[in-house]
This record gives sequence, C-alpha cells and structure tokens, in this order.
Amino acid sequence: MSSHIEQLTLDPWQAIVDHQQESALANQFGATATFIGSMRDFNDNADVSHMVLEHYPAMTQRYLNQLEQQVKQRWNLLDTLIIHRVGDISPADPIVLIACWSAHRRAALDACSWLIEELKHNAPFWKKETREDGERWVKNNTDGL
Amino acid sequence: MSIQVKFFASLRETIGVGDTTINHARSAGEAWDIATDKAKRPINVLVAINLEYAQFTSPVEDGDEVAFFPPVTGG
Repeated sequence: MSSHIEQLTLDPWQAIVDHQQESALANQFGATATFIGSMRDFNDNADVSHMVLEHYPAMTQRYLNQLEQQVKQRWNLLDTLIIHRVGDISPADPIVLIACWSAHRRAALDACSWLIEELKHNAPFWKKETREDGERWVKNNTDGL
Repeated sequence: MSIQVKFFASLRETIGVGDTTINHARSAGEAWDIATDKAKRPINVLVAINLEYAQFTSPVEDGDEVAFFPPVTGG
C-alpha cells in the first residue's frame, strides 16, 4: 500500500511498473485495475491552457492514508497505489493515478472505482484554471458521467 | 490559548490571508468570525479541525488547527 503527492511530474505507467516490481506479492497478482485522470484542454465550453493544483498538504496525506486503510478493509486486495499531482499542470498531463491489485478482478475493479470517487469528493485539492479570459477556480467536480 | 487558522484556494484569496493565529474561540464557527472579522461565510465553505472534517459547531481547543476551504476539486 502506498500513497503520495507529486510536485513536479507523474508518469503513471512507469509508476505502476515500478510498484509491481517492488511488491513482495507480485506473484499473487491476478488482476490490476487502474484509473488515471488527466488534464483536459477545455472545461465548461472554454479552452483551458494551464492549471495549478493546490492542496492542504498535511490533511491530504492523512486522507490518502485513511483511504488506503478503508479500501483494504472493504475489499480483498493485495496492494494499492495512489499518486496525485499538485503544482503546475498542462493539458494531457496525468493528475491522478489509482491502481489496485487483487487475486481476482472484481475486488480490484470495485476498489479502484470506489477510491477515485472518494478521493474526488473529499481529498482537499483545488484546481485553478487559466483560460483566455483569465484565471478561475474550479467550483466543483463534474458528476463523472 | 492559541489556535491556528488556515484558508485555502479561493477562500484564501477572498479573505486575503492564508494563515493566522487567534487567541480564543470555542467553536470552528467562532474561529471563522474572529479570524475574518466576521466576514460573510459562503454557504459551501468546508471546515477541518486538526486535519479531519468537522462542523462549524464543533468545539476547538488550545493548540488546534482549524482550516476553511471551498468544495474540493481534485482527481
């Protein structure tokens, strides 16, 4: 189980490979479910050229640690990985990675879905977008549909 | 008594301060009033005490950290 905040860059695919190679349970992994959230170059019908992601560092890490404990209690998982970017973000940059490993697919898939919804609703991160008409704080997340 | 009060994101810009210390408050709501000089509180403001979500009626104690912030938009 591992979670952390990245200040500068996030390569989610490499992070998955690295985490699997370092996991003592890798030989038991039968299923890997991942979610990767990336920055779009549009929002609410406007072009977005840049984004700054702010967070409440101590609370963020504490919350991610709690999520890891909760997901481990709810599903039969072998391992999890959560990484979230903060700072300057450009379109197409990965923002968040969630990976769940289990022996069978259902636990990994359900746990991954639950984790991203919990994170988006509760983890103290805030996005500030740069548009043609200036900067704007994102007021709320979409419903994901 | 010393209570650290933090504001994040759009609230920090609206209030004009990110971090301040107040000498007394019995609740998170009172901490808001003292730290902001009774600024109008947006309806959707969230509050955390010592890094855990709380209510505006939640009590605060000496040494606590009280944070106010808008709805979260990560992920």
